[in-house]
Amino acid sequence: MSAPLVLGIETSCDETGIGIVRGTELLANVIASSMDEHARYGGVVPEVAARAHLEALVPTLREALATAGVGLADLDAVAVTSGPGLAGALMVGVGAAKALALSLGKPLYAVNHLVGHVGVDLLARPEQLEGQPLEYPTVALLVSGGHTSLLLVRDLVSDVELLGETIDDAAGEAFDKVARLLGLPYPGGPEIDRAAVGGDPTAIRFPRGLSLPKDLEKHRYDFSFSGLKTSVARWVERERDEGREVPIADVAASFREAVVDVLLTKAVAACTDLGVPRLLLGGGVVANSRVRELAAARCAAAGIRLRIPPLALCTDNGAMIAALGAQLIMAGRAPSELGFGADSTLPVTVIQA
Amino acid sequence: MLLAIDTSAGTSVAVVDREAGILAERSSDDTRRHAEVIGDLIAACLADSAIAVADLSGVVAGMGPGPFTGLRVGIAAARAFAVGAEKIVVPVVSHDAVAFRTDGPLIVATDARRHEVFWSAYSGSDASGLPVRTHGPSLAKAAELEHAVAGFDTYRLSEPRTVSAAALGLVAELLYANGRPFAADEPLYLRSPDVTLSAGPKRVTS
Ligand SMILES: [Zn+2]
Repeated sequence: MSAPLVLGIETSCDETGIGIVRGTELLANVIASSMDEHARYGGVVPEVAARAHLEALVPTLREALATAGVGLADLDAVAVTSGPGLAGALMVGVGAAKALALSLGKPLYAVNHLVGHVGVDLLARPEQLEGQPLEYPTVALLVSGGHTSLLLVRDLVSDVELLGETIDDAAGEAFDKVARLLGLPYPGGPEIDRAAVGGDPTAIRFPRGLSLPKDLEKHRYDFSFSGLKTSVARWVERERDEGREVPIADVAASFREAVVDVLLTKAVAACTDLGVPRLLLGGGVVANSRVRELAAARCAAAGIRLRIPPLALCTDNGAMIAALGAQLIMAGRAPSELGFGADSTLPVTVIQA
Repeated sequence: MLLAIDTSAGTSVAVVDREAGILAERSSDDTRRHAEVIGDLIAACLADSAIAVADLSGVVAGMGPGPFTGLRVGIAAARAFAVGAEKIVVPVVSHDAVAFRTDGPLIVATDARRHEVFWSAYSGSDASGLPVRTHGPSLAKAAELEHAVAGFDTYRLSEPRTVSAAALGLVAELLYANGRPFAADEPLYLRSPDVTLSAGPKRVTS
C-alpha cells in the first residue's frame, strides 16, 4: 500500500487546525487561531473558542485542500481529535469530521491529541539533517496552555504511558497569569520571554513545584504551577506595598527559570530513571526560547538526544492529527466506530478512540 | 432531495424530497450526546433512503436557537457534509420546523437551560404551506413565557424535545420552491458567551 493521504481536524483548544499528510510527508498545515478574541479575557474562554471553531472550520478546510493541491476525493481517510481538550470545542471537530467522512465514504480515525503532539515529529522535513524516524522508547514533554504532560512512548500506535502531568495549572496558563500580574498582555509566554531579556534568572528564588523529597514520593513526574504563581504574586505585592519599583525583567526571568527548571529537571529525571536517552518536546510553550535553550544544555549534559519539531508543528495543529491517523492506517488499524464522542479527559493510553 | 440535520434540542437527521416526502428520518432525544450520535444517524438515513450522496441537492442545517454546544455539532456536521458532497448548505430556523403545517396560532418553546426558553410565535401557515413567524426567535425566562406575547392563551404551545429534521427539510424544500430566502448562515445563539471581564489580578496577600 502506498502512503495514505489523510486529512486531520484539530479543535481541542483555541486553534482550528486542518492538516493534510501523505504518510510522513506534510502537504498542508493551516491554522486559524481565535487567540486575539481571548486576549481581553486574559485566557482562553471555551465558548468563545467553540464559536470561533464553527466559523473557521470550512474556510480552513478549503485553504488546506488548496495548499496541499489535493481534492477531497483523493483522500484515503479523515482523522480528528477526540480528546483531551475543551469539550465544546472538540465537539465542533468531531461533528464535522463524522459528516465529512460520511459524505466522502471514507474511513474516520478518532485520535488522541497528546499522542498527536508526539506523532508530528514523524513528518519529514527537508531542513532536518538527521532525518531519522522517531526512535523508541522516547520520553515526551508536552507543554502548552492546556496541558503539561510527561509521556513514555514505547510505540506511537500501541504503547504510550502517562508518567506525570500537572495537578493544577498548565505551564502555559502560569505564564498567562504571571504576565497579567506584571501588567503584560496575553498570551503571556512570548511577553514573559521578551520581558526577561536582560533580567537575572537567579535574582529571586521562586519555588519549584512538587520537587521536595516528600512530594517526589507521590508526584515524581507530576507538575504544579499554582503555588509558583501565588509566590510571584506575593513577591510583587510586597515590593509594591513597600513602595519599591518591581524589577520586571528580574521577576520575569526568575519566574521563567522556575518553570523551565522544573519542567526539564523532571523530564531529564524520567529519561535517566527509565534509561531512555531520548527526549521529544511538544506544545506551544516550546516556542519559549529559554525552554529550548535549557533543554539543549541539560540533554547534552545527560547524554540525551533531544528532538524539537518545527515550531509550527509544536503548537496545536491538524497535521499532527493527520500524521497520527496515517500511522494508525499504516499499522493496519481499523477505523474508529462512528459512535465516539468528544472526551475532554481522554487518557493517553487511548491512542485511538 | 435534501439531507437535513438539526441538533437544536435532541439530534435529528432526515432525507426528504419535495415530491416523495420523507425518505428517512432518525432521531435521538438525548440532549447531551449530539456528537456521539450524529454520525450513526446520518449513516442510517443514507442507508434507509438508499440515496447516493451525489443525488442530494443540498444539506439543510437547523440554525437554532438551541443550547450552544449541541447546536454547533449539527451545524458543523451540515457544513462539513456539504463541503464533502459539493452541495449547498440551506440554513433554516429550527423553530420553523416545529411550526411546519400549523393551522393556527402557535408558540414554539424549546429548552435554553438555566430556567430559560427559546421561543417563537406563529400566526399559522401561508398559502404555500410555510409557517408565518410573527415573533422571535427570542429568549425568555421559562416562568415568564406567558407574558412574552399578547394573547398568549390564544396560542397553542409546542415544546418539543427534538426538532424533526424531516420537517426542517420539508420547510427548506418549500422555501426553495417558493423562491423565499433561507435563514442567515449563522447560529442563532441569542446569548453572548458567558464571560465577565475581570478588573485585574486579585491580591493574594491581605
Ligand atoms: Zn496541544
